[in-house]
Amino acid sequence: MSLTMEEQAKQVSVGSVNKVPMVKYTNVMKSFGDLEVLHGIDLEMQAGEKIALIGPSGSGKTTIGRMLMTLEEPTSGTIEVEGEHLWHVEKKGRLVRASEAHLHQMRTKIGMVFQHFNLFPHMKVLGNVTEAPRKVLGLSKEEANDRAIEMLRKVGLADKLDVYPAKLSGGQKQRVAIARALVMRPKVMVFDEVTSALDPELVGEVLAVIKEIAEEGEMAMMLITHEMDFAREVADRVIFGAEGHIVEQGPPEQIFENPQSERLQSFLKRIR
Amino acid sequence: MGSIGEWIPLLWEGTVITAQVTLLSAIVTLLLAAVTGIMRLSKFKIIRGISYIYVLIFRGVSLLVLLFWVYYALPLMGVELSKMTSAVLAIGLNFGAFGAEIVRSSILAVPKGQWEAAQALNLTPTQRMFRVIFPQALVRMLPPFNNLMIELLKATSLIYFITLTDLTYQAMILRSLYLPQTAQIFGLLLLIYFIMASIISMIARMLERKLSAGRM
Ligand SMILES: Nc1ncnc2c1ncn2[C@@H]1O[C@H](COP(=O)(O)OP(=O)(O)O)[C@@H](O)[C@H]1O
Ligand SMILES: [Mg+2]
Repeated sequence: MSLTMEEQAKQVSVGSVNKVPMVKYTNVMKSFGDLEVLHGIDLEMQAGEKIALIGPSGSGKTTIGRMLMTLEEPTSGTIEVEGEHLWHVEKKGRLVRASEAHLHQMRTKIGMVFQHFNLFPHMKVLGNVTEAPRKVLGLSKEEANDRAIEMLRKVGLADKLDVYPAKLSGGQKQRVAIARALVMRPKVMVFDEVTSALDPELVGEVLAVIKEIAEEGEMAMMLITHEMDFAREVADRVIFGAEGHIVEQGPPEQIFENPQSERLQSFLKRIR
Repeated sequence: MGSIGEWIPLLWEGTVITAQVTLLSAIVTLLLAAVTGIMRLSKFKIIRGISYIYVLIFRGVSLLVLLFWVYYALPLMGVELSKMTSAVLAIGLNFGAFGAEIVRSSILAVPKGQWEAAQALNLTPTQRMFRVIFPQALVRMLPPFNNLMIELLKATSLIYFITLTDLTYQAMILRSLYLPQTAQIFGLLLLIYFIMASIISMIARMLERKLSAGRM
């Protein structure tokens, strides 16, 4: 029996789904004190996949990203990165809380860019970007500088090496923060509303940089965003969350043109 | 009748002793403050506990009594310290406890996002503290430490009570010799302390400028 090209393509794509996912959340719950903010999240990201996480504020998007960056520990459930547990290790067939050493090793695959940049104010731009390559990867000063300058060139700031963050615009700060995260060459990166703290006229330059990175392809990206046009353009898949649940997900055309759930329909209406 | 010219040599000797005690106790204070202030934030309960108890005790005791205790009571237990060492130890322990609180609160005042960014870059907990947080906390510590050091300078006059020949001690001697000129002698004493305090402030401001260059 011969397969049409389309059917072949389908098989290939099914095959790639069967590969170990880049990231896999399984029944992840999170509470802050008595407040349960995530009620059992199941979510997968494939290698290189770009997902956009959208939804009303307070729905738990940031918490989903922060748990992947190891900044917030799930109350229950598991997160795996390339098939390996992030927050746990197996001991005698049981999952136990992982040590800082394990988290350290897992973090080499993960990066994050924050809403408020969080640049180190006491280091110049170059220092911000070389700090982790030098201290964490143990690169020499020259190697770290080369790598950092390459990244800063990519975000269009190779002329600001010697400047303290305080002297930069918000858009420039965020681009430095992106370079600082990229220089560690993570396999998956969380972008948590990276344009929300910016003046409107500076949003474009940051989104352009992210788009360019997305086009390079190999890094998986979790884009938490309120910029629907951007989500539509960059994401392979859009995930809509509300009140601690994933309500609906699918390709951007489907989510934006043909939303199924009432919640998503009213959410889209409200933000347009 | 005495004149300033006759007082100067004695006052100068006293100034040197006061400066010595101030400098040495300041060093002990800063070291103790840094170590115990950081210990207060350790994830290990026992380490936090030790520094908590240190702060609790040495912030609460009277410096004068502590000074007497170190100088007069310790020898009875077989530990004999010189006047200078006793003074530096007592002042350092007392002011170190206040300094620990400055260090602790300055570290806590660094925004949480700085810790998180450092962690996201996979710096180790120690690197997070010493590469990212502490340098920023240091800038915040300078103004309160400036105040503390001036307090320390003024507190050194208590060492007169264990007969260390500091500035205050010399002024008391001069006063007993030239009783009618008490006002002038003590006026001069005030002036010298004031100048020394100004020097401390100058150094603190210089450090502050240097450390915060370009960052604000
Ligand atoms: N550290 C925290 N302590 C207490 N509540 C928190 C904390 N972080 C987030 N929350 C709560 O969790 C819910 C989800 O927050 P978040 O993940 O930031 O949502 P989103 O990013 O979608 O706006 C909100 O109700 C928020 O108030
Ligand atoms: Mg958020």
